[in-house]
Amino acid sequence: MKNGIGSQILSAAMAVALLGAPGAASAQAPAPAPAAAPAAPAPAPAAEAKPFKLGVVTFLSGAAAGPFGVPARNGAEVLVEALNAGKVPAPYAKKGFGGRAVEMVVIDEAGGTTKQVSEYRDLVQRQNVDAVIGYISSGDCLAVAPVADELKKLTILYDCGTPRIFEDASYKYVFRTSAHSAMDNVAAALYVVEMKPKLKKVAGINQNYAWGQDAWNDFEATTKGIRPDVQVTTSQMPKLGAGQYGAEISALMAGSPDVIHSSFWGGDLDAFLLQASPRGAFKKSTALLTAGETATHKLGSQIPDGTIIGARGSHGIFAPDNELNRWFRTVYQDRNALFPNYPAYHMVQAILGLKSAYEKAQGASDAAPSPEAVIAAFEGSSFETPSGTIKMAIGKGHQAVESTAYGIAKSVGGKLTFTNVKQYPAERVNPPDGVKSSDWIKTSFKPAK
Amino acid sequence: MGDLLAVVVDGLIYSSWLFVIAAGLTIIYGVMRILNMAHGSLYALGAYAAASLVGVWMRGGQPPFGTYLLLVAAALLVGLVMGPLVERGLLRFTYGRDEVVMVLVTYALFLVLEDVIKLIWGVESYFVTEPYGLLGTFELGPLSYPVYSGVLVLAAVVVGLGLRWGIYGTRYGKLLVAVIHDREMAAALGIDVRRVFLVTFTLGTTLAALGGALTAPTVSVVPGMGVEVIVLAFAVVVIGGMGSMQGAALGSLIVGVVRSAAVHYLPQVELFSIYLVMALVLAFRPRGLFVAPEARKI
Repeated sequence: MKNGIGSQILSAAMAVALLGAPGAASAQAPAPAPAAAPAAPAPAPAAEAKPFKLGVVTFLSGAAAGPFGVPARNGAEVLVEALNAGKVPAPYAKKGFGGRAVEMVVIDEAGGTTKQVSEYRDLVQRQNVDAVIGYISSGDCLAVAPVADELKKLTILYDCGTPRIFEDASYKYVFRTSAHSAMDNVAAALYVVEMKPKLKKVAGINQNYAWGQDAWNDFEATTKGIRPDVQVTTSQMPKLGAGQYGAEISALMAGSPDVIHSSFWGGDLDAFLLQASPRGAFKKSTALLTAGETATHKLGSQIPDGTIIGARGSHGIFAPDNELNRWFRTVYQDRNALFPNYPAYHMVQAILGLKSAYEKAQGASDAAPSPEAVIAAFEGSSFETPSGTIKMAIGKGHQAVESTAYGIAKSVGGKLTFTNVKQYPAERVNPPDGVKSSDWIKTSFKPAK
Repeated sequence: MGDLLAVVVDGLIYSSWLFVIAAGLTIIYGVMRILNMAHGSLYALGAYAAASLVGVWMRGGQPPFGTYLLLVAAALLVGLVMGPLVERGLLRFTYGRDEVVMVLVTYALFLVLEDVIKLIWGVESYFVTEPYGLLGTFELGPLSYPVYSGVLVLAAVVVGLGLRWGIYGTRYGKLLVAVIHDREMAAALGIDVRRVFLVTFTLGTTLAALGGALTAPTVSVVPGMGVEVIVLAFAVVVIGGMGSMQGAALGSLIVGVVRSAAVHYLPQVELFSIYLVMALVLAFRPRGLFVAPEARKI
């Protein structure tokens, strides 16, 4: 063996591991698999339009599949099936999109941004989809948005959180039908300050990438804006997927903060709760989990009492009691045994937003509207969803604002319930049009007189 | 100085967790000269097997203390099935190739295994929380730690001493050392190198699976959980010296304590701290802390 070859191999190996990491679990899924067969491939009369081909991109493998990707796909499946059968309650009773059946092509989002851009091009140029709904990862959203404008294909981002999409750029063909992540953390700060008037010390544990860093910065800035006397004991930023949080939990506990803020999701969130709870970390400190709703479905009563839970909007447990929501919960649960979580609601928002814009553009005629007409109808529109009314109010009419809510988990007889649920109207927790979230947070939150 | 105590204890727990995994990686490299990229998947398989076994056990209403045995049983099961399967079914066809080729072969295996896991267990998360909470906690200054973390440290010590005894204290271990030093000469002396490889790879696989099985109660078992582990275990093995068992032990300890110190005192550099140590070690000892210079062969 030559001197030093070990380290050479190692660097090669690590490069492979690092490059492969995000998509490692998904290498098998490059072939776009048609998920739901067209509901009506029946020998249609010549006059009937061909189906609306909808590309759906969501994590089907990797760490984000279980908590986000798969529930979202399940939501899309039950909704599209019901739309094609004309069984969705008003105002969506019309079959499919304006009478056209919807045919989904579902793609795995795993594999990283380069792969996703190729997949997107494939969807648009080879499979000729009429529109794309997708993307949970902010990185994928940022990478795909410019390509959507380049290829002139209507694209709806349904779940990713970064405010940068429409704050740093503007797109004609791209829409996002859920609020961006500033809302989650501004509302979290408002809720904490209100629920804990004696708040003195806060701490954070967030994943070390854009999502976690933005979340902590927004939360810290808002909290300190309203309560400049609040101290930060520590801000932990472990790597995404780290899994072992022993030292972090010790560091958090050492400062005895009143509140521990975390935007953790998926396996990291589960692991953090499982490791911190038996150590009594949540006896002195309250956990505040901005994306905690996805963990409630499986962890249930293992969520410590008193934990503050958010759902990135009025989704799931915080969704309003309207006809659409009652219907959606029932059909989703019939099919999947679990209640839908917030990514499923986000998916439904995207599909219903598109349907509503499509039918608005169509007007009284039965003809298929041009993509440009759909875009014009989509911009600045508002539409009903199981989570209430969504308004495409900011980002020049391309970015949604929605209301959100926080509540406190309480286990009653082994069942998880929520107390002190508080709704925040969209206008209170989202920046106005044309203002960057970071500037808005800096200037809008002042100590109460 | 409560802080310092916490740094040491947290570091020790993390090191123990790392050591069990890195020991398997380093023994496979030491004997077979294979940098096993699939080690992370075998770790994940151990965790999934543990989750399934404990799940069945608890649903059957069996006493919860039995779950500790099941964790070990899961590791043995994965090790004894996957070790021979991979070594006989795949690796033996590639012996004698360049080390870089072996990295690609085992990387391919890693991708295959990740999908096998998805095929069997799907993308849902699994929980095996019983063994973690069962033993209660102990107090250390203002902090409390689960006793299970102590079990983890104990497991690492047992594995470390066991390997040491196995390699230096038994006849078979001496054969192993002979193969490590010179494969051809060992074969010429009548050592069945094929069998040594089979046993070594099975042992390494079992250690990876044991790492996974012991970790399972502290996490939710999810797809992709093995990815992070490979990179960390590699860092440990490089710091210690590839193929050296003492190196793996010391490397784990260094990584564990440095990381824990970073978390407590300077959380901003936590991610970077491990690689800083690795870079420093490589700068001064390019082959790691514990690899003695080799005599040049003609």
